[in-house]
Amino acid sequence: MTAPQSSMPGAAAPARPDAIAVHDLHKSFGSLEVLKGISLTAREGDVVSILGSSGSGKSTLLRCLNLLEAPDAGTLSAAGETLRFGRDASGRPAKIDPRRVERLRRSVGMVFQNFNLWSHMTVLENIIEAPVHVLGRPRADCIAEAEALLAKVGIAERRHYYPAHLSGGQQQRAAIARALAMNPQVLLFDEPTSALDPELVGEVLRVMRALAEEGRTMLVVTHEMGFARDVSSRVLFLHQGAVEEDGAPAEVFAAPRSERFRQFISAQR
Amino acid sequence: MDIAFFQDVFLRLLGGVPLTLQLAGISLSIGFVLAVVLAIALHNASPLVVLPLRGYVALFRGTPLLVQIFLIYYGLGQFRPSLQAMGVWWLFREPYWCVILALTLNTAAYGAEILRGGLQSVPAGQIEAALACGMSRGLLYRRIVLPLAFRQALPAYGNEIILMVKGTSLASIVTLLEVTGIAHQIISQTYRAIEVFICAGAIYLILNFAITRALAWLEHRLSPHLRPPPAARSATQKGEAA
Repeated sequence: MTAPQSSMPGAAAPARPDAIAVHDLHKSFGSLEVLKGISLTAREGDVVSILGSSGSGKSTLLRCLNLLEAPDAGTLSAAGETLRFGRDASGRPAKIDPRRVERLRRSVGMVFQNFNLWSHMTVLENIIEAPVHVLGRPRADCIAEAEALLAKVGIAERRHYYPAHLSGGQQQRAAIARALAMNPQVLLFDEPTSALDPELVGEVLRVMRALAEEGRTMLVVTHEMGFARDVSSRVLFLHQGAVEEDGAPAEVFAAPRSERFRQFISAQR
Repeated sequence: MDIAFFQDVFLRLLGGVPLTLQLAGISLSIGFVLAVVLAIALHNASPLVVLPLRGYVALFRGTPLLVQIFLIYYGLGQFRPSLQAMGVWWLFREPYWCVILALTLNTAAYGAEILRGGLQSVPAGQIEAALACGMSRGLLYRRIVLPLAFRQALPAYGNEIILMVKGTSLASIVTLLEVTGIAHQIISQTYRAIEVFICAGAIYLILNFAITRALAWLEHRLSPHLRPPPAARSATQKGEAA
């Protein structure tokens, strides 16, 4: 039942500390069990691509990692917080202190499929919003850092635009900059290119590749096989709420152990 | 046409404008605060809380404002001894406070419904984005949800503001001398209803014109994201990642 807690074959330095870990994570929506006991550890600098057909639970898993979905059971550790999910003595889901949830989320950034920029704020305002109001940092510092981030994702000249005035690719790059502005220890990407026109996918993937190269810890739910193969240090294949395949991309793509993953890759070609 | 009479009436009616604005201003301000609280409660709270609030909203939206004023001013007078015992008789003794109370409760009910619609229109994704970066519930509402909801609700809320300014004319029924009250007074002295009411109507028209302009300005200021993008210097070059 439990997924292989693989110790990342092919990784260079085994001494890297864990950035985020879940153990035996369960999640159901009503009678539908979406996650059936997932365990996963990402070390600092890991880039984990999470693959799977629709309904496999990959997005739910990602959303559980920053508690946009509350898991039913299991543990989640990130950024020095360890949260345990389960039921209390009376059988109700155990309450978790919202402050602990908020603290965890500050260190676990999220990039959404539909960007979800705040529509009433300019790009720059979107980026400084959380550092200024959540972390309470000085506004001037945040603006200076935001300008640097915008230059990095290549939309510095659009900083005073509203999200509605940007292309999808520009919005997604702004959303990545917004997540980076919190200086998170882990970045989660939930199908970051799935809502984009094909010609805009490249500009977002380029930014993500650059982040991977600078050693950011990233967990990416994606359908981009090229990204999974070339950029990620590890591939996770989910099927019906369980981990079917887990390993370095070179290995799993060359010699998949699971029949389902074999079918999945050949269908993608 | 008796221009001199018009002028005289107009100037006398202007004397009622401060009271008209006071009634509208105070009840709209308190009503707005109540409406925000009510709307958030209606949007989030458990059925146990929501049900009585819905009852209140239905009651004040479903009955005429005039009846509400009568009920509070004349109706509560019947309970004078108990109100005196509670130490709130000073409030219900004064027609001024009775009207403020009626107008406030009325506009809070309408405002709550208008703002609830605004809250419902806030895209779930933008709320998730706020939660995902660690915002607390309070911060989420202050920085993201309410600003978005207000923008959405502003046109409808503007309507409510105008309705309330006109609604203050009902205060004349319980002896308050705002614009309509003074108009009544002049008519009972001169029997020239047409001239007087034309003047009174003109005053409300001017007030509401100013309010409409102010609201349009506010709406414009709050919605740059709904207008075409700034004619940017760099608009020609497509922003490409380096």
